[in-house]
Amino acid sequence: MPAFQPERVLVLGIGNVLWADEGFGVRCVERMAETHALPANVKLLDGGTQGLYLLPFLEETDALIVFDAVDFGFTPGTLVTMRDDDVPAFMGAKKMSLHQTGFQDVIATAQLMGYCPERMTLIGCQPVELEDYGGSLRPAVAEQIDHAILEAVRELRAWGIEVARGSTESNDLVDPSLARDVYERGRPSEDEACRIGDHRFFPSAAKVRA
Amino acid sequence: MTTQTPNGFTLDNSGKRIVVDPVTRIEGHMRCEVNVNDQGIITNAVSTGTMWRGLEVILKGRDPRDAWAFTERICGVCTGTHALTSVRAVENALGITIPDNANSIRNIMQLNLQIHDHIVHFYHLHALDWVNPVNALRADPKATSELQQMVSPSHPLSSPGYFRDVQNRLKKFVESGQLGLFKNGYWDNPAYKLPPEADLMATTHYLEALDLQKEVVKIHTIFGGKNPHPNWLVGGVPCPINVDGVGSVGAINMERLNLVSSIIDRCTEFTRNVYLPDLKAIGGFYKDWLYGGGLSGKSVLSYGDIPENPNDFSPEQLHLPRGAIINGNLNEVLDVDTSDPEQIQEFVDHSWYEYGEPGKGLHPWDGETKPKFELGPNLVGTRTNIENIDEGAKYSWIKAPRWRGNAMEVGPLARYIVGYAKGHEDIKNQVEGLLRDMNLPVTALFSTLGRTAARALEAEYCTRLQKHFFDKLVTNIKNGDSSTANVDKWDPSRWPKEAKGVGMTEAPRGALGHWVKIKDGRIENYQCVVPTTWNGSPRDSQGNIGAFEASLMDTKMERPEEPVEILRTLHSFDPCLACSTHVMSAEGEPLTTVKVR
Repeated sequence: MPAFQPERVLVLGIGNVLWADEGFGVRCVERMAETHALPANVKLLDGGTQGLYLLPFLEETDALIVFDAVDFGFTPGTLVTMRDDDVPAFMGAKKMSLHQTGFQDVIATAQLMGYCPERMTLIGCQPVELEDYGGSLRPAVAEQIDHAILEAVRELRAWGIEVARGSTESNDLVDPSLARDVYERGRPSEDEACRIGDHRFFPSAAKVRA
Repeated sequence: MTTQTPNGFTLDNSGKRIVVDPVTRIEGHMRCEVNVNDQGIITNAVSTGTMWRGLEVILKGRDPRDAWAFTERICGVCTGTHALTSVRAVENALGITIPDNANSIRNIMQLNLQIHDHIVHFYHLHALDWVNPVNALRADPKATSELQQMVSPSHPLSSPGYFRDVQNRLKKFVESGQLGLFKNGYWDNPAYKLPPEADLMATTHYLEALDLQKEVVKIHTIFGGKNPHPNWLVGGVPCPINVDGVGSVGAINMERLNLVSSIIDRCTEFTRNVYLPDLKAIGGFYKDWLYGGGLSGKSVLSYGDIPENPNDFSPEQLHLPRGAIINGNLNEVLDVDTSDPEQIQEFVDHSWYEYGEPGKGLHPWDGETKPKFELGPNLVGTRTNIENIDEGAKYSWIKAPRWRGNAMEVGPLARYIVGYAKGHEDIKNQVEGLLRDMNLPVTALFSTLGRTAARALEAEYCTRLQKHFFDKLVTNIKNGDSSTANVDKWDPSRWPKEAKGVGMTEAPRGALGHWVKIKDGRIENYQCVVPTTWNGSPRDSQGNIGAFEASLMDTKMERPEEPVEILRTLHSFDPCLACSTHVMSAEGEPLTTVKVR
């Protein structure tokens, strides 16, 4: 019998689906609902780019699994699993996107308030491209979705929760109009819609369209 | 060099240049550069939006009934308000009316967002500009208890033991090296004026507010089916009403309504017994810090919101007032028509976009989002390492919207100035009461603190409005009306071949508009002008500076290398440049740098 058996688990996907590989986490929970039958004590949630709004969900769980695009400085498409204290520590240590800083604050806040989940596992994927507003997941990252889900299934098993193939009904996923295939089909081409991202490092001359 | 702007500011860019990049504790990314003279007084201000928002182009060709779901993803904070603005724009274009219950529910949700955002902003983003949590560790819990009972006798959490516990919790948190939430502060800067007891009281409320806010958002889950990212619907609201229902998924029943009612009561209590007393107590120590007025005493704009009845946006029917004031003339509140191409126009002469013709302004229906990134000849540094931006050229990803050519401030203070000038009874009473309690003249409103105060007053007013619409909803349901959506024109076959519409709301941060053009059932053009586009706008073709820039002028900095004053004033706008760009460097240090040259 596993040493740690959470009564309730939250499986959270965070990121912005409109920013290429930033959408990885949200797409993982969406796919997990399509491919796995989760027991009632495991909740799937599309956390989007939200920060403090996620606090109540942390309070209501004993263990947390987070899918996210994280800049670990590895080869793009690399999947990395982090646990417990390494999650916020690591999230604060590398180049991160806004929502992740927000989530790091959410964890710190939950700790300050005394309701941080007992166990946390981050399943992160090194992104290929973030600076593509309106773009899609890059193939190297999209390929990792099923692997990331398997990793989550293994983690749940280690916590004494068996997950079968099947599907899960959930009200807490992206709206159907933002579902991956619908979103992908409706995307304007790069010629129609300029998608360069500006951030602290301004775009190079070559990337800017006249 | 000294220049005079048409909107009445004298800019001098000769002094030391200070760069704050990024400005922290905001949503999204901005950079700010100022010049200060020998006395440390700001003589020139330049605000740069450093992110690209391309939402408009993502929406081209989509189903207009889905636009709300995309716009909800613009941002990490005000998801619901974008969704509401979006469904209103589409309804306006297609001539769709919504039922009474939908109006009440939308208002309750929008007000909820105002209350939630204002509380979170004050305690979690802005308080740290005035309150020093590190200093709170030195407070005497007994004296803090006395202070608490003095400023708010009705607040039950006030015993010395309670404050001692919080102090210990805080101590443990700080000692564990997780200053986390409180990092990047300038905690020994003389700009902080509170005694340790006031710091402890306010920090304690920071924690109470955290507890409260997670209850507040449950209203979005109840009416929106889920949160974050609640559901919306063109034609009404997506939640059916079934008062006798027990446990039916998603439907509004009595049990859920009772929960909504109890959350409204908690918010009412918190804004009255905690938020407003804190505002007065903290504000009392900063009464002589009346910087930051900027455009607020000159030009302010509000679209108005919270219609009493569905589908009626006439100014007298709106609880949050509509109007524009220009040149500081409070005797005349001008009406605002967001569909008039002469009134709202966006300029891009100093923004990284192009219209093909210099000096041209475009109404959002005809808006274009064509990026053009170029830097001016007076740039210091290189393309990839900008030391000082050249504000004489293009210098921001934010466009410059103008109302009849005027740069305008939007937000709670703008709404409150418009309401005060119009003689809006609730607003006038609140403003006069506050000024009386604090012994301040009306002119004190036009300041950073005025902005912060208006937000607190508005949060309290919104709880009363929320109660009003809750009662209205319940009465209506009791009278047998359970309609929540009008689906007569749901099917695109019933739409005109071409249509255009505008949706307006007052987001927590200010006037928000979405303009949509629909052709053959699909989105042909979509433009959002968000509050921070107004407030954070760069200079326009005429050289008028925007609201952020104006608000920093003439401020005295205690220590130019510690931009407490700049952050204070910028935070008072609750800026939101939502998006997701990088804020942390590879070395683990936040990229926030302050450079003085």
